[in-house]
Amino acid sequence: MCHLKNKEKLVHVTLRESSRRAAVISAASLPTQSRATCLQRGFTTSTQPLRSDNKVTVHFINRDGEKITVKGSPGDSLLDVVIDQDLDFDGFGACEGTLACSTCHLIFEEEVYKQLGPVTDEEMDMLDLAYGLTDTSRLGCQICLTKSLEGMVARVPESVSDIRQSGDGSS
Amino acid sequence: MSFGKKDNREHTGRQDVEVDIYERLPVPFGLVRFGVAPDHPEVKNVINTFTQTAQHSRCSFYGNVNVGTDVSVKELQQAYHAVVLSYGAEGNRRMGVPGEDLAGVHAAKDFVGWYNGLPDNRKLHPDLSCETAVILGQGNVALDVARILLSPMDMLKKTDITQPALDLLAESRIRRVLIVGRRGPMQIACTIKEVREMVNLPDTRPEMVAADFKGIAEAVKEVPRPRKRLTELLLKTALDVPTEKEQEKRSKASRVWGFRFFRSPVEVLPAPDLSRAAAIRLAVNRLEGSGEGASAVPTGEVEDVPCGLVISSIGYKSLPIDPLLPFDSRKAIVPNTMGRVQKTAGVYCSGWLKTGPTGVIGTTMNNSFDTARALLEDMDSGALDVSSAKPGSQGVTPLLEKRGVKPVEFSDWEKIDNEEIKRGVAMGKPREKLLSVDEMLHVART
Repeated sequence: MCHLKNKEKLVHVTLRESSRRAAVISAASLPTQSRATCLQRGFTTSTQPLRSDNKVTVHFINRDGEKITVKGSPGDSLLDVVIDQDLDFDGFGACEGTLACSTCHLIFEEEVYKQLGPVTDEEMDMLDLAYGLTDTSRLGCQICLTKSLEGMVARVPESVSDIRQSGDGSS
Repeated sequence: MSFGKKDNREHTGRQDVEVDIYERLPVPFGLVRFGVAPDHPEVKNVINTFTQTAQHSRCSFYGNVNVGTDVSVKELQQAYHAVVLSYGAEGNRRMGVPGEDLAGVHAAKDFVGWYNGLPDNRKLHPDLSCETAVILGQGNVALDVARILLSPMDMLKKTDITQPALDLLAESRIRRVLIVGRRGPMQIACTIKEVREMVNLPDTRPEMVAADFKGIAEAVKEVPRPRKRLTELLLKTALDVPTEKEQEKRSKASRVWGFRFFRSPVEVLPAPDLSRAAAIRLAVNRLEGSGEGASAVPTGEVEDVPCGLVISSIGYKSLPIDPLLPFDSRKAIVPNTMGRVQKTAGVYCSGWLKTGPTGVIGTTMNNSFDTARALLEDMDSGALDVSSAKPGSQGVTPLLEKRGVKPVEFSDWEKIDNEEIKRGVAMGKPREKLLSVDEMLHVART
């Protein structure tokens, strides 16, 4: 498993760089660490060309309160969707889906949260470090899209806010 | 100024901003390269994001430039509309006890720098021939040190730990590591992931003092989830009857680790020949108050713990680089309001220099974004005067040339990077780091 992770990581870096310079590449061809998560859980990544009936609509609410509507494929993680759609959330997914940070922290409505399935200890350990943690918080790299999540709303919470960086430097 | 965090990303979203990064070492990334433990490679993935930023057409990296000696902050202020101080915390808090300078006592910052290949620490050569090591402090850095001291060689040899460190650790006779804190289990500063790694570390068993956990099972019921889960893990590890599998692991383990609570260092005691540390004298504390704000009060009792290695992990500390810039020496930060340096127009700060040396990469990254936003706000409002043109690096590189300083550009770092990866392949490691500035410059210039 470790070998596969490393190989994917190298490929991911190269392709991600090209996607920033060129136009967005088809979602299915970008392997990422977080896609590995969904694969391990038994969700197959769609390798078919983009077909409207095989997509899942996701609404993100960004830190300015704006709603951004995008589509992902079943088996994509929410981090994959953010990367593939080039959504500009500062610092999102710093560790590239390896459960080594909490920057892909997302907040859901109660009803959606219940559908997202159980949280592993490993995810919870990192989620516990997230600023503004709520009872309906999850890490985006661990949430795999399914058709039943069609139309879900995910809110990007405030990162460490100005209030905490007050003039006396205490944090 | 050094390449700490991603505050650049905000700048480069705007077409009118160019960012130059000045870094003392020939290599970028600071603590992500020299602080993050070798067995935490995923934490270093953020380097990919930094690399993308550095490769942006409006971003330039100038390594091997020491701001303060090669070029002054004043000269940077003349060449640029804004200067962001992001050079972190290269000093450490001292324990301030007798015996602190004996052989066998090291700052965690230096020990970590040593196994991570920081050029200034390559000659540390710690003595690992004793049986017991005592670490003062219970933050994640303390746990990293404990884990590196106790990890099996076959785990460490696949990481980017330096070969000299690996060779020394292979000969280590340390079998017991105590991680000591002033306060109690509910004030411990480390995070749960790192504690779990200790609990699961092969060939080791935990050894704690049950009395340290008196009253904790009750108190833990009322606290927020992160603290609750961490405390419950500590309780389980310290007090619960282990499963059969865990019991078997413990009985076969050749190495021991444990937290010790309510203890503060008061003296490092020397060996009979006075040449090195042989024990540490700890004051016994009691807790006043509860929760995160509880304080440690000495009881008057002391306890001596024999040990040959003492690692003090009680905090990094920022240092002033220019006497003309304001510096709060009590808090060891540059006084600022939301990243704007007080009383100094056009100068900002970000990272640990701004808030003090705590927090993980995510925290510090967000702190830098806040500084970038403040700077952009000031540009737009006119608080930062960008009306006249400034020469940027064209005002600095001639000065450096005159002074015989040759900057290392990002593409030169990439040569160093490739060389390290190449050497790593030969050793079965992700990279074999170059350990001296001379060697780095040599590769950068080829």
